[in-house]
Amino acid sequence: MTPSDTPSQRSPLHDVHVSAGARMVDFAGWEMPVQYTGILDEHRAVREAVGIFDISHMGEFFVRGKDATRWLDGLLTNQISKLLPGEAQYTLMLNEQGGVIDDLIAYKTAEDAYLLIVNASKIDEDAAWMNVHLAGDVEFEDNSAAFAAVAVQGPDAPALCKQVFGFELPTERNRVIASRWNDTDVWLVTTGYTGEVGFECVVATAHAASIWDACVSAGAKPCGLGARDTLRLEMCYPLNGSDLAPDRTPLEAGLGFFVDLTKSEFIGKTALDAQKATGLNSRLMALAVTEKSPPIRSHYPVFIDGVAVSETSSGALSPSLGIGIAMAYIPTTHAKIGQCVEIEVRGKKYPAVIKKKPLYSRAT
Amino acid sequence: MNVPEDLKYADSHEWIRVEGDTATVGITDHAQAELTDIVFVEPPKPGTLAEATKTIAVVESVKAASDIYSPVSGEVIEANAALDADPALLNTDPFGDGWLFKIRLSDATELDALMSPESYRAQIS
Repeated sequence: MTPSDTPSQRSPLHDVHVSAGARMVDFAGWEMPVQYTGILDEHRAVREAVGIFDISHMGEFFVRGKDATRWLDGLLTNQISKLLPGEAQYTLMLNEQGGVIDDLIAYKTAEDAYLLIVNASKIDEDAAWMNVHLAGDVEFEDNSAAFAAVAVQGPDAPALCKQVFGFELPTERNRVIASRWNDTDVWLVTTGYTGEVGFECVVATAHAASIWDACVSAGAKPCGLGARDTLRLEMCYPLNGSDLAPDRTPLEAGLGFFVDLTKSEFIGKTALDAQKATGLNSRLMALAVTEKSPPIRSHYPVFIDGVAVSETSSGALSPSLGIGIAMAYIPTTHAKIGQCVEIEVRGKKYPAVIKKKPLYSRAT
Repeated sequence: MNVPEDLKYADSHEWIRVEGDTATVGITDHAQAELTDIVFVEPPKPGTLAEATKTIAVVESVKAASDIYSPVSGEVIEANAALDADPALLNTDPFGDGWLFKIRLSDATELDALMSPESYRAQIS
């Protein structure tokens, strides 16, 4: 491990991870567990039973005030005004050029009150952007340091929720429920980054360890960022900084469903309207290697008809499928399901094909 | 951590078992534990001329690719074909069925530069 210039921040669960034998790595300026017993093992636990992830590094922003809805609709791509209290949506924050600053989930916790959960690596940049654009009767607070969060994911997560929180998890995704646990306020939200059913629990940092312990005692397997990455890539969920970037728009990333171009205005809309009119140059596509190959990783060259056209933005050996998988921005002319490509690993090209997203589903 | 007494060790975490003018090479128990779940092995082709301390193979875990260095110089005479179907042998039996390749030594004096079990144990403790 190479020492970095700035000391890493520590999760309130740091000591819990270390005493459980986790292997710690630096991620986005945070010292986080990459694995406990093994990535393959942890990946399988989430697909087949239930796993728990520390996501305390992620940022928690609070937005309140009678202009909160209108202000967020001007900053984010999805339609905030559509949310009822108790509902959430995936959305993106763009720069003026339509490029991605961050992707996040907006939870409407009450009338005129929102919780935003943003990427750890973007907390400061997001907060600065939002502060610069503050307008109207809006109170904006970056409360990331005060909150911890855990994600409990897998087919057994609803039963675990009932056992630990005494609470029937809604079957709908994108719900947010204010609840209590041992005299502490918690938010239970039905979102996640694995493709499995489950929930995330947002709580004040002081109570994180007791919630973690209760979930582990109830059968959740501790999982690290390694499994989180393979699970999300099988689902083709983008990772900001790898698959999303300030010079890539959500339309290119295939996230048009989360962009409401019928809204009168939001930052980046003019650029997206123009891009939609002229057509996209490239699209983020899912790739699956069709013969035995080394694990695919990010920044591996991608070829079509012998010509280098791109590089992988993310890659892995899919633990569920047993094949190399990746995502890459492919020129629109060739961005079609079934298109054959090649991915180069250490000078050798391996055949792959563009597949429909997600790469993994329970039926496969 | 298992460090068998009958082997010599490289500081880059390979072991070598010498039998006459040939030797078997693998990675140590410590190395496999550090690398975690090994999912792919690119062993050297027979006939490859290995140079001591130079890259000779690649092993990949879910998270990262790692170079393997040859502890000695010589001609590779066999690669472990079983690793193709079951790369996890490097994790489960690093000193046995998880061996990487066999080599014909070109300069037996190179063995003197390798570490004893005691020195290697000290390095990883």
